[in-house]
Amino acid sequence: MTDCRPLHEGPPVDQPALDGAELVELELPARPEVVAIARLVVVALADDDPAFDAERAGDIRLAVSEACTNAIEAHLARGDGAPVLLRCWRSPAELRVAVRDCGGGFDLDAAVRPADLTEPSRLDYEGGLGIPLIRLLTDRVEFRRHDDGTEVVMTFGPANATGRIGP
Amino acid sequence: MDLRIDVTTSGEWSVVQVGGEVDVATAPRLRERLVDLVNHGRHRLVLDLGAVGFIDSTGLGVLIGVLKRIRTVDGSLRLVLVEPHVRKVFEITGLDGVFAIHPTLDDAVGP
Repeated sequence: MTDCRPLHEGPPVDQPALDGAELVELELPARPEVVAIARLVVVALADDDPAFDAERAGDIRLAVSEACTNAIEAHLARGDGAPVLLRCWRSPAELRVAVRDCGGGFDLDAAVRPADLTEPSRLDYEGGLGIPLIRLLTDRVEFRRHDDGTEVVMTFGPANATGRIGP
Repeated sequence: MDLRIDVTTSGEWSVVQVGGEVDVATAPRLRERLVDLVNHGRHRLVLDLGAVGFIDSTGLGVLIGVLKRIRTVDGSLRLVLVEPHVRKVFEITGLDGVFAIHPTLDDAVGP
């Protein structure tokens, strides 16, 4: 089994450090059932911070669900049993969630092809809504390649996501 | 998280009541059930998602697939959406303009 842990601890990206942020970390076996657990964890964190209302907690739940689904599908496609790493840094009115897989990476350019809202071509996007949703629901997001996979780092502030996915 | 699926009939409509969370773990079962209904000639479907607390893009993919299938047989698919988080997912993806969405089951099986 490959180890999917990063070599260096701490926030993985070139985003401002969260001073005094508390880290909650989970290794999730790459099975579809565990996405529900990831959702429970991030909703608990959001609910615990009065800056996030119920709608924003719902945004966070959806974005994290999408990221974990992509990570787990990458592992399943590869047929390896390595866990997905979920890390959440929380500080007042900010939650950062990193989902790290070792699934060999994916074709991000193909995945972010914008969905077309017009009928009937809209129906051609039976898949592929996940990454546009993550982009819409986060304040900031980075998709970072590492040696053996992808890490999605999402930062959420208190403002509810508005707007629509579009070209 | 378990997914509950119950099928009943209301007039000319087959009513599929779904409860729980529709995600990568549960969506395959929903897809299987809906495809099975369409293949057995149930071409007028109401999908009541009133008891669904969560749906993500995997679940939406299932609904889009079923809508396409229903259209190829000149059928009809109506959705009942109640939960605000679920409604929001349809709004931000623009799928509220693609599906016939109703606020209650009575409304969906009406004329």
